[in-house]
Amino acid sequence: MPGKDRSTRRYFLKAAGGTALAGAMVRITLQPADATPAMLNAAIRNVVGEASLRTGRVKLDIPPLVENGNTVPMTVSVTSPMTADDYVRSIHVFNEKNPQPYIGNFYLGPAAGRAQVSTRIRLADSQKVVAIAQMSDGSFWSASVDVVVTLAACTEEL
Amino acid sequence: MASALINVPKRAKRGDVIEIRALTSHIMETGYRRTAAGEVIPRDIITSFTCRYNGREIFRADMFPAIAANPYLSFFTTANESGTFAFEWIGDNGFSQTASAAITVE
Repeated sequence: MPGKDRSTRRYFLKAAGGTALAGAMVRITLQPADATPAMLNAAIRNVVGEASLRTGRVKLDIPPLVENGNTVPMTVSVTSPMTADDYVRSIHVFNEKNPQPYIGNFYLGPAAGRAQVSTRIRLADSQKVVAIAQMSDGSFWSASVDVVVTLAACTEEL
Repeated sequence: MASALINVPKRAKRGDVIEIRALTSHIMETGYRRTAAGEVIPRDIITSFTCRYNGREIFRADMFPAIAANPYLSFFTTANESGTFAFEWIGDNGFSQTASAAITVE
């Protein structure tokens, strides 16, 4: 893996400039502490438990190609009537390769009227982002998007 | 001191679904970055956001280092009575901030 040697990396950062820097950082931001697909699955299991996780009802809007991983707009919307009997209880967002698999947990209720949440996130690498919704009946639904990041969110030294 | 930007419609018809947007300035230091000397920069993030509508919690978020600096949130609620939205951010190192916005429901 490139970039293991810190002195080389620093030299590289100094030497590179402009767009060259952007290209270089994608490769050298990988760190051994990164979350793995196994950690992603464990984090999802933490929320979902033994319940089955189905695909659908959740829409994850996130650009498929991101220039700057430091701030990536993201919207999660869930198909739900949002009535007292049938509503979205919570929305959970995970990633595959940031240092930790969690991005955010959002708790709504029937009064929300519309099950939709937007925020801006960080992505340290090109990776899969997963959104999961828990319905009031206890069922879990999910959607995932593969995102390509050209300039990763910096986990580098300042 | 940090400052918050809140966007709530001033007026709404009873039963309208309205969008609420909230942003506060915060570095959201991940705890995974290092200085040139190789020392880890300690984590300093907002961990929790809550919105209450006339005292009743309508939206809550747990945040992690993967939330971008100056965290922005947009969500929805049903306008059913005039009153106040109270916003609260809580984070590392005792960070705490509140803001509020009034709404008139006809």
